[in-house]
Amino acid sequence: MSRLSSANLELAKEIISRYPRARSAMIPLLHLSQEQNGYVTREAMSHIAELVGTTAAEVYGTASFYEMFKFEPIGRYCVNICRSISCHLLGADDLLHHAEEVLGVKPGGTTSDGLFTLEAVECMAACTEAPAVQVNYRHRFRVATEHFDQLIADLRAGRLADEIPEHGTLARVRQHLPADKAAGNVDPGVPVSPAWMEAAS
Amino acid sequence: MSTYPWAAGFVAGDRPQIVTSRFQYEDSYTLERYLATGGYEGLRAALAKPAAQIHDDVKNATVLGRGGAGFPAGTKWGLTPAGKFPRYLVVNGDESEPGTYKDRLLMERDPHQLIEGCLIACYAAGLSQCFLYIRGEMALAHERVGQALNDAYAAGYVGKNILGSRFSVDIALHWGAGAYVVGEETALIESLEGKRGEPRLKPPFFPAAIGLYGQPTIVNNVETLSNMPWLLRNGVEAYTAIGTQTSPGTRMVAVSGHVKRPGVYEIVNGTTTFRDLLYGDEFCQGIRKGNDLKAFVPGGGSAPWFTPEQLDLPFEGRLVGAAGSMLGSGAVMVMDHTTDIPKAALSLTRFYAHESCGQCTPCREGGTWLERILERICDGHGTESDLDLLIEVGTSICPGAFPHASSSKLGLEATPFPYKMTTICFVGPSAYAPVHSALTLFREEFEAKLTKRTLIPVTAGH
Repeated sequence: MSRLSSANLELAKEIISRYPRARSAMIPLLHLSQEQNGYVTREAMSHIAELVGTTAAEVYGTASFYEMFKFEPIGRYCVNICRSISCHLLGADDLLHHAEEVLGVKPGGTTSDGLFTLEAVECMAACTEAPAVQVNYRHRFRVATEHFDQLIADLRAGRLADEIPEHGTLARVRQHLPADKAAGNVDPGVPVSPAWMEAAS
Repeated sequence: MSTYPWAAGFVAGDRPQIVTSRFQYEDSYTLERYLATGGYEGLRAALAKPAAQIHDDVKNATVLGRGGAGFPAGTKWGLTPAGKFPRYLVVNGDESEPGTYKDRLLMERDPHQLIEGCLIACYAAGLSQCFLYIRGEMALAHERVGQALNDAYAAGYVGKNILGSRFSVDIALHWGAGAYVVGEETALIESLEGKRGEPRLKPPFFPAAIGLYGQPTIVNNVETLSNMPWLLRNGVEAYTAIGTQTSPGTRMVAVSGHVKRPGVYEIVNGTTTFRDLLYGDEFCQGIRKGNDLKAFVPGGGSAPWFTPEQLDLPFEGRLVGAAGSMLGSGAVMVMDHTTDIPKAALSLTRFYAHESCGQCTPCREGGTWLERILERICDGHGTESDLDLLIEVGTSICPGAFPHASSSKLGLEATPFPYKMTTICFVGPSAYAPVHSALTLFREEFEAKLTKRTLIPVTAGH
């Protein structure tokens, strides 16, 4: 059941077709499976292994290196609080403690209603807008404690559903590479110099 | 305090703009706006000339890499072995150095500029396929670049026979998934090959010789490539007329921490001083609440720290290197006199300890040791010997003199950048950099936190 669905299998094949070596599609396919199920399942990893021509162990070995991949269900909203230097200097520790109290969980924990997972994370490239927070990898800037309370209230009430999709959906826009417009993959094993360079020499 | 509500963090000013010229438009990320503001004209100009000539232009303009090392892009493109094809372009959009963000803004606000930059690089250096690697946590950047690529393909700017020429290249949008070390170019290539993001040993082989799939590969930063359209549209002379001879053009700099107006600024390269940046009216307007400046990190979390004594240094790579630090990724973090220095050092060191990929023992074990020792010092459980232990562990990652700034108060002379290292990449040394700076410049703050208890040694047999 939690192998890739037939619609996602088509997407997976399209993604694989953009790389000269199928294995390069590993991370995008892991994201796709996380989008489908909210986390990366064992069956999905076996399916991805079949698709890119490797073993499930290799897929897990790769996936486990990257923090965004979860191997068990987490909350609908992954609430990440930055604690790196710029946010630290402007009150990230206090914000994190506040978040722990509001949500009643420690970093890594999920609320009993399954809505929120709290994470203490490192730099999210919003350092001038500290302290910064991400919900499902969408930024919130200069988050004072009262802003945080409002954010949680809005998420609970479903008021941000348009802006913040459920955990797993990374980008709502996909690249589509039209066959008639594509230049095509360049095989690393075929030593061909580019046509425009030949023309010049 | 951002100039435009749609570009949070960015602060405009009456200065030359090379990469942020479209930030003033709310719809700057659309193909329509891009074409109405000179978009893809740099590519047209490039295609009208032989590739070698475009490569020469980029070399002559001395476009320095904006990712951290500051290596000239044109020179890098020339390091591929002659006649060895195919070659690939990998765009490094895995920005995650603490304090740094500019690539995220450039991808969100002007994705077509980046795409055009990629195309110019591919044309000039004979790169046959491009992979645009965006950090996983940047969902909006994915959406903007994805849409821009779809539009650019539909309009014939990317793909087969671009603008009716013999130039054909595909750009594939690739996703990261949360790993700082992947910003190191060989780790980026490993990750793009569908593996764990562990850096490769170099030398002997740099990516320009042996990279993606074992082929010559150029890895360029997002900001570096975003300079190319303007350069091609306006010419080498116009580009080098801005900035200095060794550091021409502009740079995106993020100034964060205890300043009145933190922000991302596009500054003139090489001439703007740190004093201008921190205190200038058009920049950060001074330290918050009129407080005193204690220290600042001049070039991303890995950079050795400066104190007010270094304020008059210009934002120029060689000078900053000689003064004992580096410009790195264009991130300045400012600490005022209220800052708890050991805690600030802990925040930085924890980052690198956390992000160690685990390949090299000095980094994997040493980074964690540094973090734990700092933690117990900050918790009031540290002992005098812990300060020596910090240095001992740090020296096992970076043997010899570690770079630091001069200090007339402490009678220190600057030790120039860079350091020696016992690790494959810079993550290990980066864990030690904040510890070394903090301990060298503010040792008394560590001593004040040490426990006054006498510890009873554990003897054999107990």
